[in-house]
Amino acid sequence: MRSLASICVVIGALIFTWYLGAFLLNSTWALDKVKRAGVEISSKELILDTWSQEKPKLPAPHQVGSELWKTTVEKKITSKRSLIFHSWITLSSTLVGFLIGTSLGILLAIGIVHNNAMNMSIMPWAIASQTIPILAIAPMIIVVLNSIGVQGLLPKAIISSYLCFFPVVVGMVKGLRSPDKIDKDLMHTYNATNFQKFWKLRLPTSMPFLFASLKVGISASLVGAIVGELPTGAVRGLGARLLAGSYYGQTIQIWSALIMAAILAAALVGILALLQKFTLNRMGMT
Amino acid sequence: MSPKIFAKSLDLTFSTNDGPVHALKDVNLDINEGDFVSFIGPSGCGKTTFLRVLADLEKPTGGKVQINGVSPTDARKSRAYGYVFQAPGLYPWRTIGKNIKLPLEIIGLSKQEQNDRVERVLRLVDLQDFENKFPWQLSGGMQQRASIARALAFDADILLMDEPFGALDEIVRDHLNEQLLDLWRTTSKTICFVTHSIPEAVYLSTKIVVMSPRPGRIIDVIETSLPNERPLDIRESSEFIAIAQRVREGLRSGHSYE
Repeated sequence: MRSLASICVVIGALIFTWYLGAFLLNSTWALDKVKRAGVEISSKELILDTWSQEKPKLPAPHQVGSELWKTTVEKKITSKRSLIFHSWITLSSTLVGFLIGTSLGILLAIGIVHNNAMNMSIMPWAIASQTIPILAIAPMIIVVLNSIGVQGLLPKAIISSYLCFFPVVVGMVKGLRSPDKIDKDLMHTYNATNFQKFWKLRLPTSMPFLFASLKVGISASLVGAIVGELPTGAVRGLGARLLAGSYYGQTIQIWSALIMAAILAAALVGILALLQKFTLNRMGMT
Repeated sequence: MSPKIFAKSLDLTFSTNDGPVHALKDVNLDINEGDFVSFIGPSGCGKTTFLRVLADLEKPTGGKVQINGVSPTDARKSRAYGYVFQAPGLYPWRTIGKNIKLPLEIIGLSKQEQNDRVERVLRLVDLQDFENKFPWQLSGGMQQRASIARALAFDADILLMDEPFGALDEIVRDHLNEQLLDLWRTTSKTICFVTHSIPEAVYLSTKIVVMSPRPGRIIDVIETSLPNERPLDIRESSEFIAIAQRVREGLRSGHSYE
């Protein structure tokens, strides 16, 4: 009960700040309008105006809310104007990218832990890959893949996996190396094979690390999928909505796409958290 | 009869950043089948290192060591020994039963055989009702018993134990000592047992190896004359006290490294 109350207080404070911000940022335009028209307005009218402009600098929460309502509940999901439709486009490349990135990350981590040459050679490249801005490399991936005839979902998924594999590699290398000396010694005295050591010791020990990296990885995947839609002139997906919104100054549309992306990320991380809880519970590692 | 385990002028030097550390120097020892051998000495005397050499967890830098007539590596590959570490070393994601099955899965025993062995060793260490509990649900003493059960399930005829009761309180320790002696008598295994405690060493052993640090070496080997049947109050007998006295003197003479 107390935690519920404190959550409400925090949300209330956020919404209050948001309305205040909307008033401060949008009042210049409202006052300009009034000046040009040469009329007087009361402060109440001023405040209401800053919260109901068509292209505000910062839309008020209820404007974003009603836009979200209109574009989700009141539109058919097959419509190009439905945010659910666009979310699904982005979500599908996010999930494919997450799958590719996670598998790649885990495989690389296994290689790095078991092979010294890979340990010395892969890690620097993995780190270097993350220093390149994704916005710089995304168009190139699209162009290269397009020239060999790969289009549609896959290029976006690859961009998203580019962001997602790294936290998985780092987390899993750490995780697969986390067994205590005594646990490894025990396996040694049993004359266990490398595969048995991996399957019965390293992998179970790395589970908490895996879930931590998956949570980072899935949100990185979502960012990657959205970014992958930006430089390609995509007309579908949350990224496309952001881009179109910024072309036409549709700030309400931008903000509703942003909120949608945030909801999506929260839901994905939430699902992983549930999966983590379930798995670790079954492993007796709460 | 050739000895079960023998070491001849065994040397082991660790190279560290502060220069070489002489962990074992010129160690000579014969251990016969069915012996219960305790290794006692202050920290750094090489008793654990010696056990780890037997288990092929450390490589000696000189001399010769054989178990069942073969090198430690071959002995390990033929799974000649079970090892009990200082800490229980149970895998937290496995139940007690599953932990005991771990070595059995690795050897590749049938499910039936695994279950039989788990049941048998859990009875030996008096943990029948805890097969499906996770390690954190057990007390420290019970966890250590589970780890002994795991080593027993392996069914090797040599048991290497590195201060298995070091972290336990006196009463639990006494109890486990009695159980261990029972086990040793009924299974006639060869046991190598590292300890800090003089009474524990004297109470358990047929042979006590007194060691001294810097460099780690053997300063005395005492064959005890106590009967195999040992009630706890044997510790008040004059014979027991005399052996304990000799161990203490050995330890004291080894301490002249200042």
